[in-house]
Formats: sequence, structure tokens, C-alpha cells
Amino acid sequence: MFRIVDAQFLAPGIKRFVIEAPRIARKQKPGQFVILRIYEEGERIPVTIENSDPDRGTVNIVVQSAGKTTQLLNLLNTGDQILDVVGPLGKPSQIANYGTVVVVGGGVGTAMAYPTAAALKSAGNRVISIVGARNKELVILEPEMRAVSDSLMITTDDGSYADKGFVTDKLRQLIQNGTRIDLVVAVGPIVMMKAIAEMTRKENIHTVVSLNPIMIDGTGMCGGCRVLVDGKSQFACVDGPEFDAHQVDFAVLVQRNSMYRDAEQRSLAEFQRVSAVESSARELEHACAAVPASRRGEQR
Amino acid sequence: MSPVAKKSLNPMPLKERIKVPRQLMPEQAAEERAHNFTEVNLGYSPELAQQEAVRCLECAKPTCTDNCPVGVKVKEFVELIVVGDFLGAAAKIREDNVLPAVTGRVCPQEDHCEGKCLLSKKVKPLGIGYLERFVADYEKRMGIRFVPGAQPTGKRVAVVGSGPSGLTVAGDLVQKGHKVRVFEALHELGGVLVYGIPEFRLPKQIIREQLDYMREMGVEFETDVVVGRTVTIDELIEEEGYDAVYIGTGAGLPQFMNIPGEHFNGVYSANEFLTRINLMKAYKFPTYDEPMLDLRGRDVAVIGGGNTALDAIRSALRLGARKAYVIYRRSDAEMPARAEEVHHARQEGIDFQMLTAPVEFLSDGKGWLTAARCVRMELGEPDASGRRRPVPKQGSEFDLPLSVAIIAIGTSANPIVQSTTPGLGTNKRGYIQASEETQRTTRKAVFAGGDIVTGSATVILAMGAGRRAAKSIHEYLTTGEW
Repeated sequence: MFRIVDAQFLAPGIKRFVIEAPRIARKQKPGQFVILRIYEEGERIPVTIENSDPDRGTVNIVVQSAGKTTQLLNLLNTGDQILDVVGPLGKPSQIANYGTVVVVGGGVGTAMAYPTAAALKSAGNRVISIVGARNKELVILEPEMRAVSDSLMITTDDGSYADKGFVTDKLRQLIQNGTRIDLVVAVGPIVMMKAIAEMTRKENIHTVVSLNPIMIDGTGMCGGCRVLVDGKSQFACVDGPEFDAHQVDFAVLVQRNSMYRDAEQRSLAEFQRVSAVESSARELEHACAAVPASRRGEQR
Repeated sequence: MSPVAKKSLNPMPLKERIKVPRQLMPEQAAEERAHNFTEVNLGYSPELAQQEAVRCLECAKPTCTDNCPVGVKVKEFVELIVVGDFLGAAAKIREDNVLPAVTGRVCPQEDHCEGKCLLSKKVKPLGIGYLERFVADYEKRMGIRFVPGAQPTGKRVAVVGSGPSGLTVAGDLVQKGHKVRVFEALHELGGVLVYGIPEFRLPKQIIREQLDYMREMGVEFETDVVVGRTVTIDELIEEEGYDAVYIGTGAGLPQFMNIPGEHFNGVYSANEFLTRINLMKAYKFPTYDEPMLDLRGRDVAVIGGGNTALDAIRSALRLGARKAYVIYRRSDAEMPARAEEVHHARQEGIDFQMLTAPVEFLSDGKGWLTAARCVRMELGEPDASGRRRPVPKQGSEFDLPLSVAIIAIGTSANPIVQSTTPGLGTNKRGYIQASEETQRTTRKAVFAGGDIVTGSATVILAMGAGRRAAKSIHEYLTTGEW
């Protein structure tokens, strides 16, 4: 069991948990992730590590509500326990002094990009960060990213905060302005990573993306997380999760991630139905309790 | 090797024993079991066990024991069954084998003890596996536990992986008085016994009981630790103070065929398919959250001819597959699966497409598998493995319609421990180098055994390596000599 020592929403549907996991905290490096399982009947899902504190023995993970498991997870609070947390998994980001690095974080991907940006900054790189979100509320980790970046650009799809547009617009501007870019690191939705890969391929800029395929054990045993890279099957959990963006077959990744869409939707619908029943039952109980017993009798 | 009757407790004259037929294992009817996950074999009754046990010829030089990777004293435990001392028989087995309820079920006895049984020259061999299973189950039912009390040595051993070899090492060493802690990467203990072998062949309750027994003996377990990632071998030794480490991490990465279409939705590795079912209980979706593709009314094939292949396809059948094929590129004679499993699978209606190999997977254009394009093979000259090499027959291509294909053609070395342990020697295929005799690696105080040394093999071979390692770890801890 792994205890949650703090839990805060960073944005609607995006929650940061600080979890007691001393072994993981000691070993975690940028680019790595954990796999967790909430309860006995639960599935194993890979989750982003945003930071860790080896002295306190805690790991910060960031979770965005999507399916049943992430929705359930985001109902947990300080003092609750998570049944299993295993990691850190995957190969760490390759940190070196490349020169100028552009770090792109899209949506909740920013949480995965943040430790890599911080490490690249410490390694002496000039770090230009681009953070994108659908709207103002969903921009996460802005102060953290600002602290580790030489410059930070923010875009929102609807223009409700900072510049209206996509992260790719900012990257295109940098390229058009003649900014020398030695490496691009992009973490976010598959469409975003694919668009960035297309853009930098033409410019011959080395680009790394962090992939998040369906995964079970995270140790290479099951092969479920295989991705097509340079025409060959690679396992995201042991060979990745970071790969050369120009060699990744994003179409196969999208296709494989859709494998259980029906089951996922069914699971979520069932969960929401049960939650709705439970919460209306709770409300009813609450309402009844507020009414004096004598009155309740009269109502009947 | 001549049979002797000296001081035997077996009342039956030698000549009579050979006339007693091998007692059949009671089993669930094929048509019934093809739709459930309950165990196929039901086990001997005490009467059946005793009727079978009297067949033992009690060879002076028992080849059964010589051919057992862990050296179970077959003749002695069988004699105890003859006289009705079933608990004594269980204790006798436990001297050499910490997992008798497991090996009694999954060991390929035809390749080891029973394959060398003297009876098999004339009639069917002694049902050693069935007898082993009987006494292990009997002991369990009686709830009587033999907990040895060894003097603590003060030495600590870390075992990496809770599969058959790791559990053997742990069981043997704790009996010598060493403190043992087993680290497991998954959330459940048992390794391949839990994620790989299905319920109908090895009920998980048996593993849980074996693990409880080991806890009683004093073995400690820690799940959710991926050694190499969560903690390294060097950290276990230098920072956590372990005196020796045993690496039994198993085979690792599933191999694919590298043929077109292997990434289509519907193509699984056997490990993933079996893990979803056995470990994650995906077949109980949505009670359990992990999903899997619905196999009801679908056509499913496994590619491969080993135990894993049969476990996968027989699971698919039980989950409602309409057609369930085994596609194997060689012939019956070369199939590595246990004879009993092949027999059971045929009874259940599995369609064996022998001398056949897929060359490509086909899809509906949206990424979902629709068929395997296959070729028929014929056997040519022997290859490096000594088996006749399959050669494609010209013009034999055909398409087999499929919704799900499961690839069970073996595994390659998992690199996590090797790549994070400086100085740990590996062979050219990436497996850990270890002495065949002592299981010592190129790193002092570090031992390894099982599939991570040999590549994919069997539960009993992994346990054999565990036994040798335990002996050699004990020697090292006692003498300090490397």
C-alpha cells in the first residue's frame, strides 16, 4: 500500500498526488513513469511522474481524468492509499548539454516534460519551453516551467490565456526566426507529437517524443506496449518511453491505443452510472437527515 | 538398474507389479471443461494413489531420481504411499522440492522421471507426477505443515523474482537458517506460475498456499519492486546489506515473428494474452477493470507449439472462441509441449494446423486483424537444434480467417537487470552467464538461474537451477570463498 500524503487539483480534471514511495523517490529520473493499480479488481495503468523528493521519500504523480481508473484515482485524497505503485519504469531521458533545447508540453504532457526540462537546464542547455492547453484553466505547472526555462511560451486553443493557437505555431515561429535548435523534446497528445515530428523532420532537428501506449506490466514481459519505430517493434516500457520522433509510426500508435475503446467506454459508463446512483443516494440520505423525524413521518 | 525387493514395504511381488495397469487420472469431461477454467485433472483418491504406487519396481539405482532436475527421492516417497503414510511421503518430497503441488501438475514428467522409469520399457511408466500431486494435495487438505527450525545464521539473501526458481532458492535457503527476502516486479507473487499458467492447469489457490507455507518458514516477500529500476543489485548488496543475491527474473521479452501486420489490433503476444487473463482477470471484465478483446464466436489461432501456446489457445477456447487453432511449423514429433497437454487440447477440440506457418497478417484496412496468410511446410535437414528444419512448400499459401492471433514463439532476454549491473557477464543472446554447476555469475556474491540464464525452459528446470544455486549460495555464505 502506498499512502497519499497530499492531493491537489492543478486544473479541472488534472490532479497532483504526493505519494509515499521511498524506493521510487530515490531512483526516479526525468522521463520515467510509474504503473499503478488502485484496488484488487483494478487495471494497471502507466502514470506520469512530475517530480520526487528522495529525502521525504515521496513521488509526485499527475493524473488526468479520462477513463474509469483515472476518474476513480482523482476521487482519492490525502490519507487514502493506492494498492500498488511500481517504478520508476522506462529509460530516463538522455540528459546532456545539447545547446539550445525546445521543450514542448501539451496538456497533461507538461507534467512529464517538466522534470526533463529542469534536468536539461541544469545540464547547461538554453531551454525554451512551449506549453499548450485547450484553455486557461488547463494550463498547468506554469511557474515550475518558467523557473527552469530561459523563455516560456504559452498557447491556448481558444485564446483564453496567453497566445491563441497551438504549440506548433510557436515552434514554427522559432524556426522561422532562425533560432538555432539542437533538440526538441515533445510530450503531449499523439496528434501534437506527430505534428511536431513532421515540422522538425523537414528542418532536420533531432526530436524526441515520449510515448504512452497501452501497457500492463511495464517490465517488458507482455509486449502489449509495442510501438513501431523505424519499422521495427519496440517496447515502450523497456526501449522507451522516449523515441526518435522521426522514426515513430504515429498511425500505428493511434490504432493500437484504440484497441479497447469499446470496453473502456463501457467501463466508464458503468462507473458513472453507479457513481450517479451512489451520489443521489447520498444526497437523499443527507436531505432526509436534515429533516426532523417527525416531519419525515408526516411526509409519508 | 536391476529391480530389487530388499526390505521393501511393498507387499506385491515384483512380477505382479508390472501387471497392474497405470491408474488413469480422473478428469473433467472434455466437452464440459472446454467452457470453464476449473482444473482439468481432478487428482487421485487415496485408493487410486495406493494402487498406482504399488507398481513401482523400486530400482536399486533409481533413474527417475537421477533424471529429476531437483532430485526428488521418488522410490522413497512412493513406498510411503504404499504403506499409507501420505504425510511422510509429502515430507520426503519436500526435502528436495518446495513446490510439489506445482510440479505434480506442470512438470513434463515424460522428459524426466517418468521418461526414464524402468516400467516404461514394457508398459506405461509409473504415474510419478500424479502421485506427487496426490501427496501434496493430501498434505494441504490435512492442513499439516512441516516447518523446520534451523538455527539462524545471520546471513541475508535477496532473491530477485518470485517464480519457480526464486521460490526454490528461497525455500532451500530459509531451511538452512538464512534470512531470505524475495523481490517481485508484479503486484502478485509467483511469476510465471501466476501470470502464465492458467487456472485450469494450475489453480492459483495452490500457489497462494505454497506462498503461505513459505511465509510460515520465514521467507519475506516484497512486491512492486523491479530490480534494476526500483533498486539495483549493487544497492541491495552495498546499501541494504544482503550477503548474496540470486537473480531469477525469468525469460522476459516476448518474441515476434517480424512479419507484416504484426501490429494489427487483435495480434497478441502469448505473454500479454495470458497476463490479461491470469493476472488481471480480464475475462471477468467489467467486474475487473482490465479489458481484453471479446472472443465469443471469434476465430482464434496461436502460433507456436510449446506449453505457453497450448495454455493460450485453450484459454481462448474457454472464453468462447468459435474456432481455436494451433499453427505450428513443424510436426507432432517436434512439439515441445507436454504430452498430456497436447492430448487434453485435442480432446477439447483444438484444431492443430501442423507444418504450417503464417507469413503475413491481413487487416480490414482499419488496423483490425482479419486473417493470417499461411504456408504449408515440409521437414528438411536437421537444423542447429537437431530438429528437422521446416521448409515452405511452393504454392501452398492460404488465408486462415482470424479475429485474434496469439504469438507464442518464445522469448528473448529481458535486459533490465543486466543493463543496470556493471560487471555482470551476459552471453551473446543477452542472457546472464552463470556456471551450470554452481549458478555463480561473473559478479561476486551474485547468482542467477532459470530462464534468465537458459532462455525459455520449464518450471522444473528453473527449480533445478534454484536448487543448485541454493546449495552454492549456502557454501559461499558458510565459507566466504568465491
